Amino acid sequence: MTELVNAQHLGLAFSNRQVLKDLSFTIERGSMTSLIGPNGVGKTTLVRLLIGNLQPTEGQLRFTPDKQTLNIGYVPQFRNLEAEYPLSIRSFVSLNQFESRLPWKSRKERQALDQILEQTHLTSLQKTTMGNASGGEKQKAYLAQALISKPDLLILDESTASLDIETKEEVMALVAELNREHGLTVIFVTHDLELARKYTDQYLLLKRDQYEAGPMSQLDPNLELD
Amino acid sequence: MLTFDFMRHAFAASTFIAITCGLIGVFVVARNMSFLAHTLSEIGFAGASFGVFMGIAPLNGMLIFTLLSSITIGQMSAKESRREASISAISSLFIGLGILFLSLSNRNASYATNILFGSIIGISLADVYQLVILSGAIMIGLLVFYRYLVFDSYDPIGAQAQGLKTNLLSIYFLILLAISVSIAAQIVGSLLVFILVTIPAFIAKYLAKSVPGMLAISVAAALLGVWLGLWLGYLTNWPVTFFIATIEFGFYFIALLYHRRISR
Repeated sequence: MTELVNAQHLGLAFSNRQVLKDLSFTIERGSMTSLIGPNGVGKTTLVRLLIGNLQPTEGQLRFTPDKQTLNIGYVPQFRNLEAEYPLSIRSFVSLNQFESRLPWKSRKERQALDQILEQTHLTSLQKTTMGNASGGEKQKAYLAQALISKPDLLILDESTASLDIETKEEVMALVAELNREHGLTVIFVTHDLELARKYTDQYLLLKRDQYEAGPMSQLDPNLELD
Repeated sequence: MLTFDFMRHAFAASTFIAITCGLIGVFVVARNMSFLAHTLSEIGFAGASFGVFMGIAPLNGMLIFTLLSSITIGQMSAKESRREASISAISSLFIGLGILFLSLSNRNASYATNILFGSIIGISLADVYQLVILSGAIMIGLLVFYRYLVFDSYDPIGAQAQGLKTNLLSIYFLILLAISVSIAAQIVGSLLVFILVTIPAFIAKYLAKSVPGMLAISVAAALLGVWLGLWLGYLTNWPVTFFIATIEFGFYFIALLYHRRISR
């Protein structure tokens, strides 16, 4: 496997508070990594460093081939779509298509859209409005929207947090399938250790002033987060 | 009817304004900015009155006021928790200013009525050119950043997550909105810009599931409203604004019934 992200002695301090300190880890291409840790430990801050919203104040964060070329897809934790939200799942997913500036989609873009909807098992639901979609269908649409830009790395921020157990499994099985069949590299930010163990192969555990990283098989089986 | 210059001017200007408002309205509704658009139109009223007071064209006064205030207003009402309060306070201030400028300019009440409720009949050819140029500028403005504006309007959190410069897009959109509100007020008056800037877009929201579909329906609803309104106004000599408002309300009511029926 080749390295996609390499963090060396990474740190971030705001004016009065050190949020991350001396953090070193790698993310291999094609891996599925769980980013876990108690609330307030800096998981979201680390995600913001990865997507370029924040810059580290210490250490280095290197991307392969480089930050400009590496395409990172990010599925944020919260979306507030009202019940009367009008766009269909298909239209919603297509919002993130920028191959051209024209208002209408090219044939190539329509084909790419069909393909993503198929991969995320949304083809038969594509005309359903997002306002009428279930929690799981919405999550799949968020996922599809991030995937339509063909990211090298996909970051899922607590994407399953608000779902029931069955839907959580369904969404994670889909992510695992995309990882297996299309080599998608995934960072899964979660509190759900059971899902993390079942679907991801690496972990990065943030604790107060320390961290652990390694294969999922080495994660303490008695670990409790909160 | 079209043998009269004033009717030809009214139709030409209304057509461009309706297309522009139909297009921008879809974004206004998606961004939950209906009341902000209304506030801008009240600021426009103060601007038009200021224009009358200073001896410049009311439309130019409106453009100056709405453009200068659009960004500040956008920032003041950005937080949903204080949006209502900010909008009420700003509206009151500018309506007060509008009344002051009209009073200072010693114009009669019919001038105020024209600004507040519209006066498309009697528009000059030079005015038509100006409105067409402004409408064209807004349409080009929308076209240039179309995909970015659509993403940011329909999924601001997703757009931010994908790295779009959403703050800059908001400012850009507010500038386009300020111009749109100023030109819409030329037909339906500054008190009733809702009629063209938001009602057609709400109609479209109930009938379409894609952005191009909503844009098409919104433009069609706005165009039908102004065309029929002008025609009925010509036939009856009643205010055009009344007819446009009634027609748009009728369309809205039908769209709402249809939406409720298919949502069951």
